[in-house]
Amino acid sequence: MSYHNPHTPPRKSATFDDYTLAEIRRAAATGIYDIRGAGAKRKVPHFDDLLFLGASISRYPLEGYRERCDTSVTLGTRFAKKPIELKIPITIAGMSFGALSGPAKEALGRGATIAGTSTTTGDGGMTNEERGHSEKLVYQYLPSRYGMNPTDLRRADAIEVVVGQGAKPGGGGMLLGQKISDRVAEMRTLPKGIDQRSACRHPDWTGPDDLEIKILELREITNWEKPIYIKVGGARPYYDTALAVKAGADCVVLDGMQGGTAATQDVFIENVGMPTLACVRPAVQALQDLGMHREVQLIVSGGIRSGADVAKALALGADAVAIGTAALVALGDNDPHLEAEYQKLGTTAGAYDDWHEGRDPAGITTQDPVLAARVDPVAAGRRLANYLKVMTLEAQTIARACGHNRLANLEPEDLCALTMEAAAMAKVPLAGTDWYPGKAGF
Amino acid sequence: MPVFDLAKTPLREFNAALHSVGNGDNDTAFEVLNPRGSHALAVGIDQPLSVDVRGSVGYYCAGMNDGGAVTVHGSAGPGVAENMMTGTVTIEGDASQYAGATGRGGLLVIKGNAASRCGISMKGIDIVVHGNIGHMSAFMAQSGHLVVLGDAGEALGDSLYEAKLFVRGEVKSLGADCVEKEMRPEHIEVLAGLLEKAGADAKPEEFKRYGSARTLYNFNIDNADAY
Ligand SMILES: Cc1cc2nc3c(=O)[nH]c(=O)nc-3n(C[C@H](O)[C@H](O)[C@H](O)COP(=O)(O)O)c2cc1C
Repeated sequence: MSYHNPHTPPRKSATFDDYTLAEIRRAAATGIYDIRGAGAKRKVPHFDDLLFLGASISRYPLEGYRERCDTSVTLGTRFAKKPIELKIPITIAGMSFGALSGPAKEALGRGATIAGTSTTTGDGGMTNEERGHSEKLVYQYLPSRYGMNPTDLRRADAIEVVVGQGAKPGGGGMLLGQKISDRVAEMRTLPKGIDQRSACRHPDWTGPDDLEIKILELREITNWEKPIYIKVGGARPYYDTALAVKAGADCVVLDGMQGGTAATQDVFIENVGMPTLACVRPAVQALQDLGMHREVQLIVSGGIRSGADVAKALALGADAVAIGTAALVALGDNDPHLEAEYQKLGTTAGAYDDWHEGRDPAGITTQDPVLAARVDPVAAGRRLANYLKVMTLEAQTIARACGHNRLANLEPEDLCALTMEAAAMAKVPLAGTDWYPGKAGF
Repeated sequence: MPVFDLAKTPLREFNAALHSVGNGDNDTAFEVLNPRGSHALAVGIDQPLSVDVRGSVGYYCAGMNDGGAVTVHGSAGPGVAENMMTGTVTIEGDASQYAGATGRGGLLVIKGNAASRCGISMKGIDIVVHGNIGHMSAFMAQSGHLVVLGDAGEALGDSLYEAKLFVRGEVKSLGADCVEKEMRPEHIEVLAGLLEKAGADAKPEEFKRYGSARTLYNFNIDNADAY
């Protein structure tokens, strides 16, 4: 009788998985690190790991659709003569003209305006289309200072000093030559077709003491009218928030590691920065320790997708959220109806992230006039407005269920955590317990 | 001529007075006494005014100047004339770091020396320094002219784009992608004009020109050491 030698099936390494192997081969073949758009794709603890408790005998809910649940928020109440009043606590994050097409920027402005919220410029300056179509426009003040000028500063509704971004805390920007059209080149005072590196540090200040003086200058130029935000990437949220307050910010924008980017090294996106969930409580703590919670508003971004995410960020102490990626998806980014074209680019709808290459079939992350013309700013703006309304309704639904007549009244006590990690990061009890890791007395 | 004594008047009042000058107003010559190192002095000017500051100023003096003629009869702190659009800013003494940073136009004249990062990220401004400049000057400079009658510190013009640099004295070292270039007649002509406007007693022929080698304009892995 022949002995049949039993054998085990081929086994792939968990450490050297297919994706890792492919990346090693790609690096070896090209000699260039992988640059891409969008945010971290790895799974990290997120708002999904939190749940609302809803009402019970000790708390009664509000009647859905009958009892009012206020969604408004005012940003910039600390020093600005003209704070920004928003109807909803969901803003559109800064995304540059250059990274995005003109029609996409216009659509963002239109959608935000219908929904009663603000939109934000980006690295590359302010365009007339965007100013014209955005009732409330936040003007970013970035290290590159591309397109920066006092006229646009004065026609902005708020100024956002960008220190960092969640996708790349400590990193500068880049816009590769393929996307430098004549207009983009002119706005940035650079030759056409060359790669544009945006510095990672501001050219004329370093550290919080300088920043305080820089903010004084911006306020003096704009007659102390505009709210001044400081945007930081989620790295050291407690200290960054405290230092932003010290430097005189009206608002702190805190962007966690899932936050999108137009073009950054993949290694940076995936390995630098903290998850959004882990950033909110330390920032709120800093505000509370300084007696500035609600006086200096906190805007949280990085992976906000739904009204539930909005409600959770607010419950943890944020005053508002900002969205980037989700807004682009609402405009039509990565839409399955373009699958055939994504396939031609070697990708698939939902995974397309080569936003830096300027070949976006959806016409959003491109400067190619033919592709950009695919975005109908009116229709896309309408879709964004619909989406913002749905998110708001969802957040209201949750707030009412928790017994709140204002979204701003949501609180950590409304939440429990599904995992130990989320409990530790959000400092809310693990579901079914009254405990979270690090809580005193345990 | 309106005179503001900053020992008695708050900064806000002075800057607001500058901003309230309208097109065609008569009182356009301002004088500032006792600036005492104030920050953000005479920022955001948007009319063809003149401001004479009798003493030294702190950070960001004449920031975002658009049309003003500001003279500091003293020295200036960091970021003088940052992001200037048009106009003239003259510093009779020395200037600290980042002088003329990101400036888009106009003329910045520094009669003394300028510290590090002079003309950083400049985008069209002309800067003339009668003395020396510090390290990392004209870092990522995009456009405009930087003229130095004295010496330049280390890493001049690192990651330079299209700005043109003229130095009469010694350059301690050039930054990545910055090279010495031929002085052609058109450069001599531009330089002569700038020297004249800046009241500088020097001959264009005594200068060397530096500019971008343009090898870092599009990413190439073989240049990785230079980034
Ligand atoms: C296409 C794109 C371009 C961006 N450009 C900028 C920018 O110019 N300045 C900036 O501060 N952040 C920029 N960001 C980051 C966003 O402002 C925001 O922090 C981020 O998108 C929020 O995370 P989310 O995409 O998960 O909503 C960009 C993001 C995207 C997706």
